[in-house]
Amino acid sequence: MLQVVLFFFIVVAGTGGELCVSRAMKSIGEIHDFSPRSLIRFIGRALRLPWTLVGISLMSLGFFSLVGILSFDEVSFVVPFSALSYVAGAFGARILLGERISSHRWMGIAAVTVGVTLVWWSKR
Amino acid sequence: MTDHLHHSRRLRLKTVPFILLSIILGPLGNVLLGKGMKEVGSLRTVRPSDLLPFVERTFTSPWLWLAIACFLGFFVVHMLLLTWADYSYVQPATALAYATVAILSYLVLGEVVSLLRWTGIAVICLGVLIVGRTSPRTTGTV
Repeated sequence: MLQVVLFFFIVVAGTGGELCVSRAMKSIGEIHDFSPRSLIRFIGRALRLPWTLVGISLMSLGFFSLVGILSFDEVSFVVPFSALSYVAGAFGARILLGERISSHRWMGIAAVTVGVTLVWWSKR
Repeated sequence: MTDHLHHSRRLRLKTVPFILLSIILGPLGNVLLGKGMKEVGSLRTVRPSDLLPFVERTFTSPWLWLAIACFLGFFVVHMLLLTWADYSYVQPATALAYATVAILSYLVLGEVVSLLRWTGIAVICLGVLIVGRTSPRTTGTV
């Protein structure tokens, strides 16, 4: 039961957090200059955006769930299984960020899902 | 149209080194975290009497802090990527990290990775390759 709850947080809170961060990054726009000064300015700007802060909170919840689950499950099981976030990510990106997911990308995401299922079977 | 193709190619050239960096830093963090948590021992319940000593042991493990350093590096690389590339492109592309995780789990942690698990990981990577052939951006700045 604890395993199911922790996986839920890893997938849902982790993906939700990444979507929030992604939204914040899209509002900053493409970075062209990689000098240390402009990178620091970029991080400073990013950390002032509410979407970044919500994103980091959700990702932290996902992270602590990962810490918990790794105390009793194998890394080579937990990490591939958390690829379920790809499915959550595709729907989230489409709904929340307005990204267009082409049939090509859906095929890739379907393959990821099949792969995750095989990894899950390897545990049985 | 030619301009658009040129821009797409330039974006991809910039994107690939960042993706490589993220598929090394992320898995390294996971494996170091796994190593630390194996030493800390199993969390059975979330009752305070179990949880508090668990949290204390976790946060005094040097492996955890090394893992966090890797994750922070990964996070900065990931944020930079997301300023110009679509989330639905970056997220599946970084799935190549699953291959790195399996290799490092086997080499560093001595985990037994069965044939079925390798197959599953290979299929995940195949999905990544399919996604990687699509254009990195379908939207403008929001």
